[in-house]
Amino acid sequence: MNAIPVPRDIPLPMPAPEPILIGVLVIFFLMHIVFVNFMVGGALLTFWYQLRGLKEKRFDDLAYEIASTITANKSIAVVLGVGPLLAINTIYTVYFYTANALTGAFWISIIPLVITAFVLTYVHKYLWHQMERMKWLHIGLAAVVSLLFLFIPLIFLTNINLMLFPEKWGTVQGFFSALMLPNVFARYAHFVLACPAMTGLFLVWLFRRKDDAEIAATGFERTELIRKGYQWAFWPTAAQFVIGPIALLTLPETQEPIHSVIAVFGVAILVSLGMAHLMFTETRRPAETIGKSFVPICVMMLVVVGLMGTGRHLYREAAVTPHRELVRAKTADYMRKVDEANRQAATAAEGSAEGVSQ
Amino acid sequence: MDFPVFHLDFLGNRYLIAGIAILHVLINHGLAVGMMPLIAAMEWYGHKKQDPRWDKLAYKILFVCFLITTTVGALTGVGIWFSVSLVNPYSIASLIRVFFWAWFTEWLVFVTEVCLILAYTLTWKKWTAQGPESKKRHIRLGFALAFASWVTMAIIVAILGFMMDPGNWLTVNSFWTGVMNPLYIPQLAFRTPLAATMAGIIAMFLILFFTKKQDQFRNDALRAVGLWTLAFAPFVLVAGWWYYTSVPDAMKDNLGVSLGTLEFVDWQTKFLQIAVITVVTILLVVQFAISRPKLLPKVALVVPFVAILWMTGHFERVREFIRKPYVIGQYMYANGLRVEDYALLQRDGVLTYATYSNPLTEAEKAELPNGLSEPERTARLEAIQKGKDVFMNTCTRCHTGHGVNSITGHLQRMFGDQPWTPELTAGYIESMHYAQPYMPPFPGNKAELQLLGTYLQHLQQNKAPIPGAQSVGVIVSGAAAARSPEMTNQTEAAVQ
Repeated sequence: MNAIPVPRDIPLPMPAPEPILIGVLVIFFLMHIVFVNFMVGGALLTFWYQLRGLKEKRFDDLAYEIASTITANKSIAVVLGVGPLLAINTIYTVYFYTANALTGAFWISIIPLVITAFVLTYVHKYLWHQMERMKWLHIGLAAVVSLLFLFIPLIFLTNINLMLFPEKWGTVQGFFSALMLPNVFARYAHFVLACPAMTGLFLVWLFRRKDDAEIAATGFERTELIRKGYQWAFWPTAAQFVIGPIALLTLPETQEPIHSVIAVFGVAILVSLGMAHLMFTETRRPAETIGKSFVPICVMMLVVVGLMGTGRHLYREAAVTPHRELVRAKTADYMRKVDEANRQAATAAEGSAEGVSQ
Repeated sequence: MDFPVFHLDFLGNRYLIAGIAILHVLINHGLAVGMMPLIAAMEWYGHKKQDPRWDKLAYKILFVCFLITTTVGALTGVGIWFSVSLVNPYSIASLIRVFFWAWFTEWLVFVTEVCLILAYTLTWKKWTAQGPESKKRHIRLGFALAFASWVTMAIIVAILGFMMDPGNWLTVNSFWTGVMNPLYIPQLAFRTPLAATMAGIIAMFLILFFTKKQDQFRNDALRAVGLWTLAFAPFVLVAGWWYYTSVPDAMKDNLGVSLGTLEFVDWQTKFLQIAVITVVTILLVVQFAISRPKLLPKVALVVPFVAILWMTGHFERVREFIRKPYVIGQYMYANGLRVEDYALLQRDGVLTYATYSNPLTEAEKAELPNGLSEPERTARLEAIQKGKDVFMNTCTRCHTGHGVNSITGHLQRMFGDQPWTPELTAGYIESMHYAQPYMPPFPGNKAELQLLGTYLQHLQQNKAPIPGAQSVGVIVSGAAAARSPEMTNQTEAAVQ
């Protein structure tokens, strides 16, 4: 039966006005996802430069520099994820918990998978020099870490996607069938491309602030390192102009119109174009002027990330609002019935008590 | 009812939460709340004495804590959320509605704590090399981290205390009345010295790894950390006493007096014994470590550590113990149904309001009685399906079909190999909460009791694992009428 389920919500009031909860959700989620981008992108770039380091030692040193940043970024990524998790639990209780339960085995496996990825990240970083003689094993660790970091977001994404479509809840059988719902892979590709792009910008920031001795230790010129950062930022961003529209076009239809969503993403694309142009210009700049546009690029990236978060939220609202009205009505109706049944039971109890006393 | 039922039929749902939560508590208490002040104190002492050996030792211990707390520690914290929201979404969702701001504040402190532990660990060597002023700043950072760790625990304990005894919250429905529940302060007072004592024992264990046997410094370090441990151990007993003398008041509203009291006396006696054994063991081993440090084997420190784990485990059990048959005292039963809902559900039936049905697998459909005609078979399967839905919605938060704490295990113990007819089992289940005050009353109506009985009869023969929604999905109830427990003639015949 492919009926649309209408569950009841938790019959307790929201702990705060909805706009505040939405603010908590969107703002802190964006902060979380930026650090997730740094973490996943950092792991991918470390792996890539370690492979290049097999032929040229200084790439291995560069890989070590990048690997050193993952330790802090991954901890901040996790801790920043808790706030938005709390908010999504509160605002979208019915939707989020349903998606969690339907993909439960994979959902709970996030915990051991992240622990494994983090422990391996530490082993990879802190035993870097001790494992010089086991280079392939060491690189193998980086590969496993990268794969884990790539897979875990897919579980999250599948859940966040599934929660939007109550009409699919009755047809999904576990994680893999939820994975096949429309839009998952397009959104995933969009996310994966953002990882090296954001990490590229992070590297520009990192290599601009390191002192000369630290830069010299890498075996590269500062300009080269900054340029590499911009290249990592630019090319995946350029690819987003293909993947982004695919993600937008494959969004399942909603009952509510999504003009505002399209408008927000449209503005984001325009700002991204300006940002990509500046990134590309930076990759071509000489040593004297490279980094000149770093602050404007970061500001534009902030605007783009903010617009993406806003657009996603507007779409989420468009997808679930009609269904949420049904849930509200059903909850209210149920509570009326509960009150009535309790009154009835109380009357019956009084009646039987009177019967006993007479 | 309103969420697809996540179910682990072998392990049991509660053990998923328990496994993750116990690991988290051990790491949180032993390596964060108790250990951070100890490490900061070591660093301070080394700086005061201008003895770099203290500094090195403190850093090594911190590094171990850093590796474990930022991986297993942090993720098991998130894991508690994940597992509870899978196993009992009704309770966690209700708690979030009440405690959102407490959790939000706890999260902000947690963010601070993580930033501080990152800063404290990653700047240690650099700031130490920068001279005494930087070192003093670093030590202050250590104490700030210790304080943040304690505050996160202090906030969470309020929520744990609330789950056992909501105090006045049921009548005065506000956040602060929930926080100031009567078990809060005693519980916090117990956990604080417990964490410090655990940290002391773990630190002594690590000292044996990080120092050499012939090194005089090993003796000094063991003696100092031994004194730290001895200083806190008596408070574990004192606060433990305060805690469990507060328990009966909290408990008496939940449990029937006679049986509840017997159970409580048993728990109390055991707790006393374990607490005394643990503290005596700690005193003996620590005294030995101080007086004969050279003879102290590593394994000797494992003994008080295991004793502390035993005591902590028994202590944590009390939360389960007190709150039953509720998951949120007086408000929500362990099956996730609100006390207030019972009148309606017992009148109209649970299935009338269930959003989903839990499909039977082919394996679950096997082992039907021989010689059934096709219509009888269909009717029988329909009754079993409905019985399974009753089981999934009302029993599975605590019980499995055939695994840990299985319902078939309990029935086997009570009724043996005689046929578990619906009359037999339904009769028992209807009144079991009088005999077993830990059990919530059965929430459904009479027809559903019979359907559950039919399903249990089927489980006596059919040993197939019962899958959860995570593997077989759910069937959405069409119209409520189609799923009403009002029995059709055929179903009624099948139940007989």
